[in-house]
Amino acid sequence: MTLLEIHEPGETPLPHAGEETLAIGIDLGTTNSVVAVARDGKPEALRDDHGASLVPSVVYYGADGQVAVGTLAQERLAQEPDRIASSIKRLMGRGAADVAVLGDVRAAVVEPGSGETDMVRLRIGGRARTPVEISADILRALRLRAEVALGKTIERAVVTVPAYFDDAARTATRDAARLAGLEVLRLVNEPTAAALAYGLDKAVEGVYAIYDLGGGTFDFSLLRLEKGVFQVLATGGDAALGGDDFDHALAERALAERASRGQPGASSAGEAKIALLAARRAKEALTDAAQAEINLVLGGIASSHAITAGDFEALIGPLVDRTVGICARVLADAALDPAAVHGVVLVGGSTRVPLVRRRVAALFGTQPLADIDPDEVVALGAALQAEALTVGSDTLLLDVTPLSLGIETMGGIVEKVIPRNAPIPVSLAQEFTTYQDGQAAMALHVVQGEREMAADCRSLARFELQGIPPMAAGAARIRVTFTVDADGLLAVAAQEKTTGVVQRIEVKPTYGISEEDMARMLYDSLEHAQDDMESRLLVEARVEAERLLLALDAALTVDADLLNASERADLDADATRLRLAIAGTDRDAIGAAAQALEERSKAFAERRMDRGIRSALSGLSLDQLESKVG
Amino acid sequence: MIMSTAAATASETAVCWSCGAATADATAFCATCGLVQPPGQSDHFTRLGLPRSFDVDLAGLDRRYFALQRQLHPDRFARKTAREKAVSQQQAATLNEAYETLKNPLRRARYLALQQGVDLPGDGRTIDDPELLMEAMERREALAEATTAVAVQALESAADSERAALLRGLSGLFAADDKNGVRTAILRLAYLDKFTEEARARRFNLGTSGQ
Repeated sequence: MTLLEIHEPGETPLPHAGEETLAIGIDLGTTNSVVAVARDGKPEALRDDHGASLVPSVVYYGADGQVAVGTLAQERLAQEPDRIASSIKRLMGRGAADVAVLGDVRAAVVEPGSGETDMVRLRIGGRARTPVEISADILRALRLRAEVALGKTIERAVVTVPAYFDDAARTATRDAARLAGLEVLRLVNEPTAAALAYGLDKAVEGVYAIYDLGGGTFDFSLLRLEKGVFQVLATGGDAALGGDDFDHALAERALAERASRGQPGASSAGEAKIALLAARRAKEALTDAAQAEINLVLGGIASSHAITAGDFEALIGPLVDRTVGICARVLADAALDPAAVHGVVLVGGSTRVPLVRRRVAALFGTQPLADIDPDEVVALGAALQAEALTVGSDTLLLDVTPLSLGIETMGGIVEKVIPRNAPIPVSLAQEFTTYQDGQAAMALHVVQGEREMAADCRSLARFELQGIPPMAAGAARIRVTFTVDADGLLAVAAQEKTTGVVQRIEVKPTYGISEEDMARMLYDSLEHAQDDMESRLLVEARVEAERLLLALDAALTVDADLLNASERADLDADATRLRLAIAGTDRDAIGAAAQALEERSKAFAERRMDRGIRSALSGLSLDQLESKVG
Repeated sequence: MIMSTAAATASETAVCWSCGAATADATAFCATCGLVQPPGQSDHFTRLGLPRSFDVDLAGLDRRYFALQRQLHPDRFARKTAREKAVSQQQAATLNEAYETLKNPLRRARYLALQQGVDLPGDGRTIDDPELLMEAMERREALAEATTAVAVQALESAADSERAALLRGLSGLFAADDKNGVRTAILRLAYLDKFTEEARARRFNLGTSGQ
């Protein structure tokens, strides 16, 4: 197929499909996800055939083992709600008890984790699935979109997480990427990514605030930007507060109206989802309109519910107030007044809600930055960071721990080892001792959170220190070192100081995935391996075919005169056939059309070769010719 | 000063983990092969290239810290070997610890005091200064009685000016090696920091509920 390509030594060949080092940026969102790539410092969201960059974070599990992600999955919501997983990000790194607290009508049937971990499982499509597996399916779809758009295989990514995500949720996100065949170059906090997308690293130095109200999470961060260094000063948020709650408030109002009219309510998870979807549409309409309607058909009875912008703002006012309260607390953490903030960046689709914009502008006394699409801005920043980590860059991201890390001590009190907002990576140690003579083992419970009692914090892991040399109570000095890496992930090591014996620690993540489970999931994903392989081959066939078409176009611009009219028409017809095949998904058809075109262009290629040799040799003396040939 | 002797001994024996050449303790990169080295035992001032003194030029501290993180942060080693990444993480973590300690006046004072052999009680120990105890009780009562953000702000301002005076005094106490003076000032500073934090939290609570 390279027959048509003639190029001088040292000359750049025809555009080849990308560089070896390409890595993508992924915003794995609660409601929607976006994948983007940056080249030469210019980020771009990757779109589908219809130009949409948002991939709904919705997964459909078909009876035949088929998995569909995004709009396709969303379309089946009404027919097969039991086969749909949505808003799964809220469950990342969480246990069954957490989900019960969320009071979630969104969740399908929830099962506590089996075996040694407490990670929640959802029974969807007749099988129990962890949030990690479901997120991996979304990531796989994003990866495929990138591979099709970029025409090459992608194995590395920067994935964003809410700054507020605890260790369990971060670990779950990284595990999901691993299941999807993506090496995570860096987990980047969403607000930091947004600041990168706005190029604030090149803006006026100072403190910037990032207000990120997405579908399911709220994050507020203060970043100090100085000399190309991003320093997260403080961060806070609520992992269970977002635009979904606005939908909830609207849906509940409509359902209450139905109840007062004696109409049937939402009697199943599926109907609840339908009501939420109708509410979301009304919410979106209220961004520009003063009034909207929620139209429902539940239990065979249709109803319509008018809602004014004023009603809506009264409903969501308390939720928006909660975000403002969090902003105030984070500002207090950093000992800053709102007036000291240089600029405010809006992130997340929910910041389109006019009340949100007004409240943010009022708090900071300045109009927030919103000219990059708030749905895409995080992925664009992630793509920039992916490029920075593969190609190199002058910008440096210095993140902090979102929550304090500590150990449960006697009486259930938390001894903090690493405080909140400590710059990462960080490595800090604390000494503990035995409380019984001859005590050989010690159980440690690692928790994350700001509360004083371990029971009020998030449980991260439990482990047992073994092989403590026999000593009197209080004589052993066990130094436990917590290390948080640049991704915000925790590792624990311990050493008995008097003997210098390093203890082996067996960490059992409370909501994590054990290595065994990981192996099983990777094995399960082999079920999809056939599909994945098929997608891979399709991508490759398209790339090869496109290179052939590019080569032909290039040859025709230079040497079209070598062809007569009918030869040209035949070539054009074959090229069109190949273009049509590329637009389809039949790999064999692409291969056949490419082969046909290649056959057809053989004579043309030979004539070009002749002309090329003749022109290379013309005007050369015999000596020069001999030296060329020799 | 025992600490610095230990550091010097360590530096004499340190060798590069990769090429085996001798390395100086204060250098982050092997002079022979150029690979990143473990952080070693330097004290925080040496690590950040600052003179050992309570008076720290904060802008200069930031400059040094950013410049060093640019060289040592694990993101700079994203394309390097796992070992180099791990070593750079140790370096960056140690640097963060040094930066955090020197940036915060109370932490800096405690660190310097321990180096100068001042006997400090650990966190959470009881305050043994009756005068400070009495003041603390009075201040706490005033805070409990303050019902407006403005009233809390006034208490904060008073604490702030006292804090500023304490910090000015600490420089001289350290320079004179007045161990008792340093100890008293640090306990006061710790108390004032804690009070200011409580007051600020209370002011923000009053502020947001009043909106």
